[in-house]
Order: sequence, then structure tokens, then C-alpha cells
Amino acid sequence: MVVSEPAEPRARRSPFRRLITDPQAIITASFLLLLVILGILAPVITQQGPNVANLQAINAEVGTPGLLLGGDQSGRDIFSRLMHSINTSVITALIGAGVATTIGLSFGLVGGYFGGRIRAAIEWLFNLIMTFPGLLLLIVLMPLTGGDYRVTMLIFGVLLSPGVYRIVRNVTVGVRNELYVDAARASGLPTARILLRHVMPAIRGPVIVATAFIMGGAIGTQSGLAFLGVGSTEVPSFGAMIASGFLNLYVDGTQFLWPALVLGLMTSSFVLLGNSLRDALEGPRPKAVKATAGARVTSRQARLAAGLTGPIPAAEAAALESDTDALLQVRDLELSYPSPDGGEPKQVLHGVSLELRAGETLGLVGESGSGKSQTAFSILKLLPATATVTGGSVRLDGREILPLRESEMRGIRGRDIAYVPQEPMANLDPAYTVGAQLVEGIRATTSLSRREAKERAMELLGKVGIPDPARTYASYPHQISGGMAQRVLIAAAIASRPRVLIADEPTTALDVTIQAEILDLLRDLQEEMGMAILLVTHNFGVVADMCDRIAVMQHGRIVEEGDVLQVFHEPRHPYTQSLLRSILDETTVRDDGRFAASGAATKESK
Amino acid sequence: MLPYIARRVGTALILALLVTFITYWLLSFSFDGVVANILGPASSPDAVAALQRQLGLDRPLVVQYFDWLWGVLRGDFGVSYFTSEPVARAVVSRLGVTLSIVLVALALSAIVSVALGVLAASRAGFLDKLSQGISLLGHLFPNLLIAIALVLVLAINLKLLPATGFTPFSEDPVRWAATITIPVIVLVINGVANMAAQVRGTMIGELQKDYVRTLRSRGIGGRSVVFKHALRNAAAPALVVLSLEFIAMFGGALIIENVFALPGFGSFAFNSSIQGDIPVIMGITVFGVMLVVGVNLLTDLVNGWLNPKARVY
Repeated sequence: MVVSEPAEPRARRSPFRRLITDPQAIITASFLLLLVILGILAPVITQQGPNVANLQAINAEVGTPGLLLGGDQSGRDIFSRLMHSINTSVITALIGAGVATTIGLSFGLVGGYFGGRIRAAIEWLFNLIMTFPGLLLLIVLMPLTGGDYRVTMLIFGVLLSPGVYRIVRNVTVGVRNELYVDAARASGLPTARILLRHVMPAIRGPVIVATAFIMGGAIGTQSGLAFLGVGSTEVPSFGAMIASGFLNLYVDGTQFLWPALVLGLMTSSFVLLGNSLRDALEGPRPKAVKATAGARVTSRQARLAAGLTGPIPAAEAAALESDTDALLQVRDLELSYPSPDGGEPKQVLHGVSLELRAGETLGLVGESGSGKSQTAFSILKLLPATATVTGGSVRLDGREILPLRESEMRGIRGRDIAYVPQEPMANLDPAYTVGAQLVEGIRATTSLSRREAKERAMELLGKVGIPDPARTYASYPHQISGGMAQRVLIAAAIASRPRVLIADEPTTALDVTIQAEILDLLRDLQEEMGMAILLVTHNFGVVADMCDRIAVMQHGRIVEEGDVLQVFHEPRHPYTQSLLRSILDETTVRDDGRFAASGAATKESK
Repeated sequence: MLPYIARRVGTALILALLVTFITYWLLSFSFDGVVANILGPASSPDAVAALQRQLGLDRPLVVQYFDWLWGVLRGDFGVSYFTSEPVARAVVSRLGVTLSIVLVALALSAIVSVALGVLAASRAGFLDKLSQGISLLGHLFPNLLIAIALVLVLAINLKLLPATGFTPFSEDPVRWAATITIPVIVLVINGVANMAAQVRGTMIGELQKDYVRTLRSRGIGGRSVVFKHALRNAAAPALVVLSLEFIAMFGGALIIENVFALPGFGSFAFNSSIQGDIPVIMGITVFGVMLVVGVNLLTDLVNGWLNPKARVY
């Protein structure tokens, strides 16, 4: 089949290029590098050792000859201690991040690559580590560690390893499930080679990012412990310096300022660098979008029809005239999404027109990505907030609904236009019982009391052929089958007798035997309630079974429309011809003249 | 639900046993030093051996551990080597100080994080930028620096709040609130930085799920969709973060309470540890672990209530 792929985004710059053009990354990385160099040069650029106490230097002022930043309460050179503290912090960061990364990486690879018992055991172990009161233990174990910051950081690294483990495990599981690793395994490559060759490139980015954050965290924690007094007094560190300066606050308020400043700049540099690395290596993070806002509508035609724009020119007024008795009329609908790289918006619907008369069933057919579902969601105005309707109109009973506000749409959804989704299990809220969800929908569209709504829900469950309504009513979604869940969703959709039912691939996710039952149910309900159905599907069998008319979509356009039998017998458009041919080639035609459900059906991706 | 609780409690007890045993085992490497520490630097090897026998430290490790455990099961945590104060009483009084700070901070962080995270995820735009800015700011500096900065500004310069000291709640609730305000703010800044981003991320994921669109297709309003449905489903992962945040805050409190000279768990653990006061250290470990285990248990139980599927396991 022909697959319409979205246009390739413009070639993305390499992560390294993005990094070296990001001022935040350059500044923080240079600053950290400068600190490391200062630390290494500490013995050279300072005039005395960090622990040399000199009576004359006690609380010496800033700028005293030989004491650039003055002396502390014990008469030690603050500048010298500051420079030597950098080394302590750097070693702290290296040990903490080194241990956490090594442990997290190796166990993450093993746990992610091998499933089953091995992963379960590792998972248990890391959950245990994560729930450890770590810092308390670091203090309590001082008799053992002697408070040596290196040993402390070793333990701290172990305590932080679950974070790295989770990242690596998740990525490894993902890569493992991809086909190319299977192919590599099938061709007999040893496990270690596969891990190195295929998994490592995928986890490199996230692990580097995590390492930057862990380094900052390790330095912060070590300072805290040193402030508390954990560790040797011989080891100069920011924490110990802050503690001594803080005690001396009323004598000389600047003493604690220097270590606090360097420490603060150092940890924030790691965090900011980590953020830059994340942006460069992992791409943009998920953005929040307004949860309940509909798509933007810039369609002039729709606004004119709704009377939102000034006087209507005669020509346009003529075009706006509803020329049919259609219940639902979609005209020249155009829809676009902003492109991810900020370039030209990508248009997904190019002037789609449809008509649905009361009581009839229209099949909207096309392959994945042809715009069927987008058309359906445009009618309900349930598009993502980033979508923009750039042209056309949607009318219900002659009333333009595209420019309606969300609150006004709420009165239409469920009441006039209802919706049956594709994947029944993903479309029920897992946290509430089936009954609670039905009742909420019923009460949103009617004025029934809670008790009446419950009765109505039971009645609906019976109507859609659920054998034990009371039991299903009290069940959670995970306790019922996919077929049952789809019946529940149909019950919810017909709750307030809608005039239009939009069914988006209502049977695609179900077993073949259940598919027929659900279609029968929809047909019976339609007969009883006289509603019009817009049936979105890629399956010609379903169309032949259910529909009066058919509209074929390709690349966001309707390429052919007409009576089902007519289109099936004499498809005019080459695309329709090729679709029909491919189905006839693949499957046999059933005795009753219906086309069998295509087993190789590709699910429509959303 | 009952077997679920029983299983969880069982796991929690095993974890507590494991952690205390490992701690005891690790501490056993320092027993010689501890005894020497009690007797002072000039003690003879005979005296050291005698005291070790007296304290029961010469017995096999497993015997010592189970002897200690048997005591704990009867509610006897022993007495401090140095002050002869019953361990349980000493630990509980110090734990109260730290816990009061942590619990208040945790509750505030949770409220602020959920509000901020949900608003950021469902409203986008300015609020979203604001929440991300707050997260970043909270991460930039270690707790210690934030604590010191706040003491300098709020207590020393503006003299709004006491810089040091602690008044128990039972004595004077107003003074109690004043003494814990700055430590609580410090922990809340950090807690919100960690949790608001998590809530935001989970809510964004939840709001993009199919069931949200389907609920809306039935004419159900935005508020119900966001708060009743998406938030409830996002609550389970957020709760896990909350329990981890409790552990992080507890650790943070151990350090920052020293900035305020609060007689809390941190300085207590530190002093006992420096001295090598084994019964007190073990008591601290037990209470610390039980606290964490208790919080995790509570998280699991609330999770079971929030998420019907979790009850199956």
C-alpha cells in the first residue's frame, strides 16, 4: 500500500553542534573547567597549605598581605583553603557519579537486556536501595568509615545508582525490543557485542545528563555532611569552611561568603550544564498544552457562517447557503499542525467535504495517515490544541459549529454528536468503575438525578447486550474483556440518543468473531434510534457490511464518494481501484457477499 | 485488600530486619574502637577485653544481633553507653523535632507541587514556564546554602523569625511555628522543585491519553476531566515520588537543622556516631528504617486505593 509519510523535518543539527552554540553550556562548562584547573594549581598559586594556622592571621581582613581573602578563626589562609576545597569537591563529584554510573549502567544493561528472574531480582535490589534512609546511614556508619569523604561518597554513589539504573534499564528494554537487535541476535552476534554496539549509543545521552546532575548533588551533599562535622578536620571543604565562617558570622560576615559563593556557583553550573546537555542530547522535552482547549479556528468561511465577521458579501453568502437537507455537513475543511522545527505548518486536511443525512451510514475509508480520524475529531472539535482549522466549515443541522467555544461544544458532544473510539481498553478511565463513568456521562448530558442515571446506565448496559449489567456496572475496566469494554463505550455513546454517531475504527482492536457482533449491535441501535453513523475504517469488509455510502480519503483529500455498491463495482479513482484490488487479492470473499475482515489490517496510528 | 496489606507488612518487616542486621554487621568492624573510646586513650588491653565481655561484644555476631533483636521485640532498646538514658526515650524525643519539620514541609510541598504541576500541565503558557523556572531555581543550590541565605535575610537582617532554637508544639504552638518556619521553607523549596516537575510530566502524559478525549466526547467538563480523572490517574506515580521525597527531606533535615541549632535527629545521630554509642546507633537505625518502611507501606496502601489494578498483586 501507498503510505503517505509526514514530510521529513529539516535535518537536525548534531548534538555536539547544538551544545557548542549554546551559551549556557559554554559558560558553565568553562567555569567548571576553570575551577578544576584552579584546584590542580592550588599548591602553586597559594602561599601556604590549607591547614597551616598562624596566630597573626586569625580573622585577618580581606587583602591582608599574603592573605588574599583573609584568615579564618583558626588563623588559616581562606584563599588557600578555598582552592584546596575545590579538589575535595571535584573528587567528591568523580567518586559519587563514578560509582552511581558504573553500578547503574552495568545493572541497567543486564536488567534491561535479560528479562524474567534476573530483572526481577535486580529490580527488587534497587527498590531496596532507593527506600534506604541513605543520609542517616552515612552518619550512623561513621565509626566504620571514619567520616572519610571518599568512603562516604562511595556509599552515596551506591545510594544514587537506582536513578541511573532506571534510565539505562528503560532505554535498554526499548532498544532490545527493536528489530535491529533481534536481527543482530539472529545473525549470531555475542550478547556483549550487541549491548556495546546497539545499546550504548542509545543510553549515552541520558546517562551523561544524569551524571551531570549527580555530580552537582554529590557536591551539595558532601558539603552538608562536612558542615555537620562528618569527616576529618584536615580535609578542607566548602562545608567545613561554611561551618567555621557561619559560627564566626558576627565577627566577620564575609568569611562564610567565599566558600558559599564557590559552592553555589559550582552546583548551579552542574545543574545548568545538565539542562543544556539534556536539551542537546535528548531533544525537546514534552510541552504542556492547554488540556481542554479546542483547536484554533481561522477559517473565514466558518466565522462568516457563524456571524462572527462583518457583513457577508453576496457571493460568499451564496456559498454559505445550505443546499441540502444534510444533518451534518462538512465543507472544504482544512486543518494544519505546526511543524516541530518551527517551519511551515504541515497541512493534514486539504478541503474535505462530507455530508451525512439523518439515519444513513457513511463509510470514511482510507489508509493510515490519510486524515480519516483527523476529520472525525474536527467534527467533534476534539483536536489537539496545536491544531489549526484554516478553512472550511462544519455544520450540524445548518448551524455552524467550528467557531463555537468549548463550553458550547460541551452541549453538543454526547447529546447531538457522540463518539465510539478505536481501542476500547485505552478509552476507559482505569481508576473508576464502568458504572461511575457511565453515570458521569449521563449526568453531563441530561438532568437526571444520580439514582435515575444509575438506572439508565443499567438499562443501557442491557441494551448493548451485556449479559449481567449489574456486575459489569460494578467492574473496573481491567476486569472486563475488550469486547465488553467496546459495548460499554457504545452504551456511553448512545446514552442521550445522539443524532450523529462517529465510530472511529470501532472493531479494529477486537477479535474477528466479536467484530461481527459489535457491527450487528451498531446496526440494531441505528435502526431503533434512527441515528446517522459516520464509520471511520480502513476495512472494506466493514463498509460493505454497514454502509449506505462511502467516501475514500487519500493524503487529506476525499478522492471518491458515492453509493457503496456503485463504488465497489465501478471505482473511478485509481486509488480506490488499487485499494479494492489489494483487498481482493489478499482475502477471500465470504459467501454472503461481505468482504471478510482483513486480517493483515494495519492499525491506524494516531 | 487484607491479603494485600498482609503481604506489604511482611515485606516491610523483612526489610527492617535486613537493614538492621547489615548495620549491626558493619558496625561490628568498629567495636574495638568503640570500647577504646569509652575507656579513653590510656586503657590497657585487659581492660578493653573486660569491658567487651561486659558489654557482650565478644560473643559471635549473630548471637549479639539476635540478643539485641529479642530486646527490641520486647520493647527494650537498651541504654546509652555514655548517658545511661534509655535509648527509646532519647530517640523518640529527638525524632519528634525532625519529624515535625519534615511532615509539615512534606504536606506543604505536596499541596504546592500538585497545584503547580496540574496548572502547568493543563493551562500551558505562562504558568508552565513559571513552574519550570521554580523547579530549576530549587535545584540550583544545595539546601545548606538556601538555609543560610534565609537565616541571614529573615532572621538576622529582618529579625522576623528566630534564627536558632526549638520550642515544642505542646509548650507554645506559635513559637513552635516560628522556630520551624525557615527550615520548613528550605525543605519546601527543594521538595517543590523535585515534585512539581514530576506532577507536571505525569499530568501531561495523562491528559494526552485516549480516555481523556473519550470522556470529553461525552460532554464531560474540563474541570472533571483534569481533576477527577487525569489527576487521579497521575496520583499513583506522584505518590511514589512523594514517598521518595520524604526520604530525601528526612536526609536534608538532618543537615539543615544544624544551621538552626535544632536538637533534632541529625545532630543526635552524629554525636552518637562519633562516640560509638552502639545501642543508640542501633536505635536510631531501627527508628529511621521503620519510619521509611512505614511511609512506603502507607504509599502502597493509598496506591492500592487509587489504582484498582494494583490491588491484584
